[in-house]
Order: sequence, then structure tokens, then C-alpha cells
Amino acid sequence: MAIDITKCVGCGDCVVACQTENNVPIGYSRDWIMEFVEGDFPNLNLHFETQRCNHCEDTPCVRTCPTGASHVIEGGIVKVTHNECIGCGACIEACPYDARYFHPDGYVDKCTFCDHRLEDGLDPACVSVCPTECMHFGDLDDPGSEVSKLLKERENYSIIPEAGTKPQIFYLK
Amino acid sequence: MEQLLATDRHIHGLYPHVDIWGFPISAYLFLGGLAAGILVFAAIYYLLGREKEMPFTVKIAPIFAFPIIMLGLFLLIFDLHHKLFVWQLFLAARPESPMSWGAWTLVIVSVFSLLWPLSFVDSIDDYLIKRGWSKMTKVTEAIIKFEHKWIIPHFIIMSFRKYRKFFAVVLLIYSIILGIYTGILLSAFNAHPLWNNPILGPLFLTSGVSTGSAFVMWLSDNHKERLLMSAIDMSLIAIELFFIVHMFMGMEAGAEVYKQAAHMFLGGEFTAVFWGVFVGLGLILPFTLEALELRGFHIPTALPALLILAGGLLFRILMVSAGQMSEYAMFP
Amino acid sequence: MDNINRRDFIKISSVATAGMALTWSGTSFVSDLLKGEVVPLSESIAKKVPTVCEVCFWNCAGWAYLDRDDNLQKIKGNAIDPHCNGRLCPRGTGGVGMYADEDRLKKPMIREGKPGEQKFREVSWDEAIDHIVKKMKGIEAKHGREAMALLHHGKTGPHFEFLFEAYGSGNIAEPAGAQCLITREAGFITTYGAGLASPEPTDTRNADCLVLIGNHIGENMHNGHVQDMSHLIEQGGTVITVDPRFSTAAGHSKYWLPIKPGTDIALLLAWMNVIINEEIYDKEYVEKYTYGFDLLKDHVQKYTPEWAAAITTLSAADIRKTAKVMAGLAPKTIVHPGRHTAWYGDDTQRTRAIAILNALLGSWGRVGGFYFPERIKPPHYPHPQMPKPKWTWKDYTKEKHKMAIMGITNIVIDHALPEYKGKHKIKGMFITATNIIQSVPDVEKTKRALQNLDLVVVVDTMPSEITGYADVILPEATYLERYDHLRTSHHKVPNIALRAPVMKPRWETKPGWWIAREIGIKLGLEKYYPWKDFEEVLDWQLKQVGTSLEEMKKIGVKRYSKKKPLYINENEEYWFNTNTGKIELYSTDFAEWGYDPMPVYKEKDEAPVGFFNLIYGRVPMHTFGRTTNNPNLYDLKEEGHLWVHPKVAKIYGIESGQEVWLKNQDGKISTFPSKVRITQRISPTSVYLPHGFGSKSKKLSRTYGKGSADYEMLTNIKIDPETGGTGMRNNFVTLLTENPHKNIES
Repeated sequence: MAIDITKCVGCGDCVVACQTENNVPIGYSRDWIMEFVEGDFPNLNLHFETQRCNHCEDTPCVRTCPTGASHVIEGGIVKVTHNECIGCGACIEACPYDARYFHPDGYVDKCTFCDHRLEDGLDPACVSVCPTECMHFGDLDDPGSEVSKLLKERENYSIIPEAGTKPQIFYLK
Repeated sequence: MEQLLATDRHIHGLYPHVDIWGFPISAYLFLGGLAAGILVFAAIYYLLGREKEMPFTVKIAPIFAFPIIMLGLFLLIFDLHHKLFVWQLFLAARPESPMSWGAWTLVIVSVFSLLWPLSFVDSIDDYLIKRGWSKMTKVTEAIIKFEHKWIIPHFIIMSFRKYRKFFAVVLLIYSIILGIYTGILLSAFNAHPLWNNPILGPLFLTSGVSTGSAFVMWLSDNHKERLLMSAIDMSLIAIELFFIVHMFMGMEAGAEVYKQAAHMFLGGEFTAVFWGVFVGLGLILPFTLEALELRGFHIPTALPALLILAGGLLFRILMVSAGQMSEYAMFP
Repeated sequence: MDNINRRDFIKISSVATAGMALTWSGTSFVSDLLKGEVVPLSESIAKKVPTVCEVCFWNCAGWAYLDRDDNLQKIKGNAIDPHCNGRLCPRGTGGVGMYADEDRLKKPMIREGKPGEQKFREVSWDEAIDHIVKKMKGIEAKHGREAMALLHHGKTGPHFEFLFEAYGSGNIAEPAGAQCLITREAGFITTYGAGLASPEPTDTRNADCLVLIGNHIGENMHNGHVQDMSHLIEQGGTVITVDPRFSTAAGHSKYWLPIKPGTDIALLLAWMNVIINEEIYDKEYVEKYTYGFDLLKDHVQKYTPEWAAAITTLSAADIRKTAKVMAGLAPKTIVHPGRHTAWYGDDTQRTRAIAILNALLGSWGRVGGFYFPERIKPPHYPHPQMPKPKWTWKDYTKEKHKMAIMGITNIVIDHALPEYKGKHKIKGMFITATNIIQSVPDVEKTKRALQNLDLVVVVDTMPSEITGYADVILPEATYLERYDHLRTSHHKVPNIALRAPVMKPRWETKPGWWIAREIGIKLGLEKYYPWKDFEEVLDWQLKQVGTSLEEMKKIGVKRYSKKKPLYINENEEYWFNTNTGKIELYSTDFAEWGYDPMPVYKEKDEAPVGFFNLIYGRVPMHTFGRTTNNPNLYDLKEEGHLWVHPKVAKIYGIESGQEVWLKNQDGKISTFPSKVRITQRISPTSVYLPHGFGSKSKKLSRTYGKGSADYEMLTNIKIDPETGGTGMRNNFVTLLTENPHKNIES
């Protein structure tokens, strides 16, 4: 996923869309928005980052899961099988991004990149609603995909790369 | 630089830093370390052939290991959020996950911690009577009766008695693994720089063994046994102090997040309680008391032991809570 | 027990299992064990119903999707809708919460006891409507039918406007006028002979430069504006933002001018000065299409950038630079008209300055400027001639405010005050889908008017503050449970959109059309309602424009081809609907009526020492107080924090997240405190408070008491002479760190 921070206005549509798409209970969210302000009035810079599970290439959450509930499916999407999860919280501790949380039913819940939508050939819910169209979803392994092209063309960064998880969401500057 | 959540996210235990592991986990780690310490000594002194001189260490203290482990396990399960699925833990063996191999280690150690004292059940009546715990002999008799009535338990316990040396070796190995595990469990989390250091495993093992020796010191009636444990404990405390200093030095030499992690204990909010209470009252004071005792001063038996036990628990509480505060993404 | 079938058995056994479930820390686990993983229903096979969003008044068309149990799952944009292009904003997506909110009004209620007493009795619809009709007849006997007034908002409005017209009452107004965009409409109508309406016909997708005067697109989430701005940014376009606050739009701009509040006209005049004197205006366009250029040229000579710099606190160099940038990119430059423009009481003049600037840049009727929108308007369902009231709002508004092109809420309210002794007395009021406590400023005046009325009927979905002042509360079904009039907006693509009910109305709520019709029939107005169900009206109307209700239920939105050109055909004469037939840089009407024919900068009130300019605005997740209790949107933002500059925070010794109360220049103190956000994004001379929070209605269980309410601080209201609109930004606040209500409470 590539997210264009020059366009995002931080409205939170991605958050509600995820909530209604995935029946995420009120009071919980799989994605969220961070706001960053740099400088002093009136010399300022502002940007927003819509954040979620980075579906890292190196997955400490999956590694620390004692039951295998956390796993990686085809395409590199990190998922949790609810009925295998014991709710120990190891994966929550392992994630540097605060992407996982205890669902009120007890299991650990997180972003699935809406894999049920991907099967239908649709974008994840967050991507599909964004009024600014700041999110681009596609196959990073395919050099011809829109995302790969964008990442080649534009300067970009990922969040907390120093945690060593090789995050797979990139922010376009 | 101002950074904030532009959309509310009032999810319990995520902000301003991850805070999902509390007292139950700290206590679990403490109890695991304590049980490991008790069993390590039992196995070592048995293998050294000193079970006669140190009956408490080898035969009696391990009786407590099983309930201690069970209490720890109960706390762990109590802390699970999806408790009814706990059996999933034992449908998978995932060597990469400390939680998984820890759970398996715990199962093995708990079986041994049950069988080890059971195998001694026919030879401790004298000790019990001597200690004035003669009522307990009724229990040992009942167990012996039970054992003789049922063929499988009898076979297991008999073989334990027969191959006790072998089982002592296995117990020693797994107890050490358990002790290290209590530290590795935390150090496996890269996301928390404070935990993410190689010294945490040995440090937790040392501390666990030290609490084990304290446990023996506290409850043993044998003066010699106590003095020996005191001497051992003093060296364990010295090793612990060395590890602690080494750990912070390592962090200070690391990246900014590691410095920040160390800073919590070197000037930050945990400084006073860590150095004053844990190191001061939980390590150095008992060390001093033990040294005085060795020199012949009269020291109340329980005091240094209880200080060490309390210190061990406090150390884990501090490490668990401070570790969760040590993160890459900082929130105001 | 013989006749238990399998289905029942499963039900019973699962109840029994749930009953046996262990409960540790309050969660039931056994039932959880039985639960499989539920994958959301695929969008391609889910049932969907067309809707038109009512969470804000951009009115995007969308699809409401149902889950496996035929419950409302989610709402997504309709891909062929030109308002949203298939993408709703957070509020539209969160519209599900409007339906789901358990705090909604559920049953009709009638006040018991004295006015002002918070005692209501739940009644049947029949009893509620009989009560209303009896009271209306009473008012009619004493004061005539004309003494009824309607304040409304949104798609509920037209049903009641129809009722009022059929009844013969002509006091109709909405806050969307006087409190929002009437001044802008007046400014553009005076200049171009055409207003803007909604959605504004800004051709931003083709523009190269967008100039925002205090318009905080991105926090103001009008969908088309946001999408267009984002598109412009992606294309490398230039955004120039004028705002005393580092708004989100400013954060996305190439140029940000942190202007002193209230001095926009000075900047606009200085820009004109530069553009005219440097001869970078569109000479051909100005010559061909405008009237009064020489007068304007003379007029702006004294408004040099240096003059404006002293007033606006901007630098003359920046003023020159930005003028050149926008002129350099003209005519693909849009100086955006904004939307809520009721700020200082000279707002028609400010928006006229914006209109004039656009004319100098030649952007009106040009690609990348303003296009000419078109609308498909199906005829009204046939009904007999409406009666003509003896007097309407126009009779007491138009003489003083020539550009009052629609009813002025605050003036209607003035005519309900006890001290009003004239002949246009208002004695009864319907308030539909608008919380005038929050939306119309000078709340104490509004309350006095409400206390003085013989009948106040509130039609709403939520128990907002205004319901506390009603005699009769009628619970309306939400937009997801009702039909409404077709959306027939002016747009680049002429189109119509259908709102169909997705779910059955919850509790005893009823659609607006049903409520209005029932009242109408009981008032003896049957002849105006020859239909029984609103479906009949819609189907008939749709058939007049080549479609049907059946077809529209399948497509939601129908697009039509445009008949008239989008832009000025430069080879042909173009006649503007003004006195001179040209774009009036110099307004002949204003000259005749005694208003400034060309905008003039006038000094505004200055903040007293120790006070800050109160800048109010929006958070992107909320539409005023309409949504602050919406469970989904509350979840997204439960309170709008008060923005304070770090220096100010230091003076007060305030910490981030601390609660402070506000006190304005007239000594008015906010009921509830706001949590403080300490940020560089606000100038040290101002504070920023998002609008819509601080509700005093305890029945709004989530939002009650969350944050302080900007409306409470708006006591100094400057009336815009041309329109009667309310200038609300002449208010200043200071911060109180101690609870000022403590002594009173205890």
C-alpha cells in the first residue's frame, strides 16, 4: 500500500469505513490517523498519516504467537484466526505500530487489508472510500503495478523501519 | 514537533503506550523463576549426592514448586483474554514463540515438579516428624496408599525412583530453560527496546535462582544448609548486579530508543524505586545481611530471604511495566 | 414439549448454553466458543438500496448495503454520482450511526406543565397532531394563518414548506441562509447576476490555482470540494490559503497567508490593486464582460499592498507575490467563494470582493474557473393553486435588507419576541431538522422568542437542545428510513438522485412527508394531498423526466446530458443577469440602494486586552451538532479541543488536555469546559474551537457536556446590511482555568 501524504486531510473516513465494513465494534478501530506538526507559527509543516497494520515482511507478531493464530496468508497479508487465538497479548507487545488490540470478544483483532474484498477484485474498504484518493493498493512484487510505479517515481518512507520489521506500507512525500 | 492521534482511539491498553500486561504476568514470571530456582538446587544437590546433608533443598522445597507453578499458570490463564481457547496453546508447538515453548517447558517442569517430590514421599516422614509437621505424615501415607493401589502411577513413580539421576538431569536442564524463558519471554519483543537485550534471559535466570535460594534459606531449618545457600545467594546477587550494570551500559551504547529505555532507570521515573528499593533493599541489603551472617552475626533468618523474594517480584513488576513504556512510537 | 421442532430446539439449547457460560471479568465465553468467524458479505452479492446522504447538505448519493440478516451494514458512495464519485466522506460513511443511535427520538411527545419545564408525555401520533391542529386553529383565529413560521433545514424542509404554503403561511427560513451562505450568494448575484448554490460550480478539477479565504476545506468535508482540491494538488496545482490558523488546507498549500482575523477585505482590495496596476488582469475578458472597471481601478488605488500589510499583518511582498501567482495561472484560478461566510457583518461586501477578483482573473465561465451548471427539475406533482398569504417574511425583511434572497431566521425570530409590537407578529413555529439553539446566534434572544410562542413544534430525529423548548416533539425517521424529494442539484452533469428507505422506521418514528401530510389533512388541506404514499409522487415525477421509481431504485442516480454550454462561448455575446447585462464590478443596484457599490475595508472590533479572537470551525468527522452523538462519529472524535498557542498556554499555565472554560467580552461564560490542545497551528492572538460540541441535552448520552459550545460565546452579532445575515466572528474570549460554576453548583 502506498499513501500520499500530500493529499490526506486526516478526515478519518478510512477509519469509519473499516469499522462498518468489518463489523469492528464501536470503541475499537483497526486503522487510525496520526497528525504531525513541525515548526513554529507561522513557519509550519503539517501532515497526516493514516496508519494500520503494516503487514510487515518480517512479522514479530506471527513469530511470538504461541498458537499459530497469527499467520501470513498468500500475498503477505497478516491475519489472526479468532478461534485459535488465546488472547495472550504477545503479538500486541510484539507490534511496534499499535496495530493489534483485544477485540471485546477476547481474541486479537487487526487489519486484514480486507482480504474478503480483494477476493472480489475490490480495494480494501479504507482505500475505496477515501475522498482524497490518497491511498493506493496493489502488488508490491509486481513491478508493473501502480503502487510499484509510484514508489519508484516518488520519494517515500515507511514508519519505524528501525524496529526491523520491514513494513509494507509506504508513505509518498 | 507535535504529534497526536487525529482520530480518537480509546482502545484499552494501547495508548499512550502498550499496557496490557500487568501484575499477573509479572507474578507469573516471578513464580516461574522461583520454581525454577527451587528445582535447580534440588537437582544439583541431588546430583552432587548431598541429599542427606540438604534434605530440605532436595526433598522438601520441591514440594512447593508444583503449587507455585500452578499458581503461575493460573495467573497466566487468568490474564488471557480468550481464556476458553487456552487449549489451543497445546495444539501447537512453535519454537519461535517464547510463549509457546515456555508453555511446553512449563508443562514438562510441572510434571517433574509433581513427580520429583512424589518419588521422595516414602523417605520424608522422619524429616516431617523432626520438623514437628507430623500431621503431614498422614498425607504422605495416603499418597503411598494411592500409589500402591493404582498400577500406572505406581509404575511411573517407581521408575522415577529407579532412574532418579536421569530425571534429575532432565529436571535441571528444563528448570534452567524455565528460568531463562522468563527473561526471554520479554527480550523477544523488539518493539520494546528495554526488553530487547540479550542479558535479560541470564539476568532473569540468575534472579530466579537467587529467589529459589532465598526460598530455601527462608524455610530450611538446617543451619548449614542455610549458610551454604547464603553464600551461593551472595554470588548470585553479585552476578545479578553485574548483569544489571552491563545491561544499562549496553543500552546506553545503543540507538536513541535504547538510551531512552535506559533513561527510565537512570534519572527517569523508575530510578528511585529501581535503585533504591530493588537494588538497595532487594539486593545490596540482603547481600550485606548475608555477609554479616556468614561472619557470625545474628540475623533474623527470614529477613534477607524475604527481602530477596520481594525484590525479585518487584524487579519483574518494574521490568514488565517499564518495558511496555519503552516504545518506538512515543505519544504525548 | 412434543412439538418442539429442530429450529426451536437449537434456539433453546443455545440459550441454555449461554446461561451456563462462565463469566470471567464480565465476558461470556461459551457463547463465544460457538461463534464462527464471520466474513463480511461480499459487496457484489449484498442487497443494496439507493440513498442520498443527509449527514451534511452536500447530499451525496450512495448505496446502503444490507448484511445477511437484512440489517444495515454500511453505506458507500454511488460511483456515477457527480457529487461524490463513489466516495463518501467520514460522515456519510458513518451515516449508519444516525440510524443506530439509541438516543433517538422514539415517540411523539407533548409538553406537560409550564413552558420551560422539562416534562413531556409520550402520546400517539393522532393525539400529537390533534394537539398541533387545535393550537394552530387557535393562533389562526387570533392572528391569522400568517402568524405561523417554519424554520427548517435539509430534505425534511420541503415537505413542511409545502404544508406551510398550502396552509397560507409565508414565514419560512433556514439557518443555511442567514447563518451560512446567503452573503456569498448575494455577493455573487450582485456581481454576476447568478448565485452559486450547492454544490458550487467551481471547476477545480481543471484549475491550476485555488485561493481559499478562510475556507478550511479538509476540515470542512464537503465532499466535492475535498475531492477537487486533492485532485488539484495531485496535478501539481497551487493552493493559496488565507487563514489566521494553520488549517489543514493551509498545510496542503504552497502559500499560506496567516492573516489577522477580520481583515480579508483589505487583502482582497490590495490584490485587486496589484492585479490592476501591474496590468496582469484578463484585459480582454474585463473589457468584454465587465461593467465599471475604471471606477474600480480608481477605487483600489489607495489600497496598496503596503496599506494592506499594516492592516492584515501580512507582508506587502507576500501580497504582491500571491497576486502575481494567481494572475499568472488565470483564468484557471479560482478564488473560492467559501460556504459559511457569515463572519463580520460586512460579508456580502467581502464575497463581492471575491467575485470581483475572479472577474479580474477572468475565471467566471472559463475552463478551470467557474462553469455554468445545469439542473433537471421534474415538475411538481399536480396540486391546486396555493393560497396567497396576506404577509410573509418578505414584508418585514426586504425593505431593510434588499439582498435577503431567502427568509432570514434571526429576523423571523425577532418577530416572535415579546417586545415586538408590530403587525407581523409570529405566534407559532415549526422547527424541522435544525437545532436553532446552536445554529442561530444570540441564543438568549432565541430562547425569549420561544418562550413567547403559543406553539412550538419540533420535528427531528435526535433529542437536541431545541426539543427541550418544544410543545410538541415529533420523532422523524432518519434519512435511511424514508423517501424524500428527489435530489435535483445544479451540476456539471445534470442529474437526479433517489433516496429510498433502506430500513423500516425504528420505534414510532415517521418520515417527514407522512408527518406533514397528516397534519395537512387534519388542517383540512386534503386537496393538496391527492396522493397517499410518497412513492406515488416520486414515480409520477420521475416519469416526467424519462425514468421511473422502479428504475431509480436500481440505479440510484440518473445522469443526463448537458444542453447548455459549460463555459462562455467567447465568439458569442454573453448576457449576464444584471442591470447592465455585464459583470458588475461596480454594482448599480448597490449604488441605488445606498450600499457600497464597490467593497470598502472597514475596521473591525479589536480583542480587549487578555482576550483572543474566537475562531470557530469544523472537525472533518462532524456536521455541527447533528453528528456529535452519532456512535460511529463520536467514536472518531468525541470532543473538539480548544486550540491554544504554546505561548498562551504558558501564560495561563495550561497543560495539554487540561480543561478550561471560556468567557467572552460580554461576560458570558461557557457552561462546559473544553480540553486544550496546545499547538503551533493557531496564532497567539486567537483560539480555535470546533463548532457543534458542548451539547446541553442530557438525552444525548454520548455528547452531553463534551466540550464548550462556540454558540454560547456569540453574543456580539453584526448584521450584514445587504442580507440580514449574522456576522458571528466579532467575539472574543478569555480562558478560565478554575471552574466558574463551582460555587453555583454546590
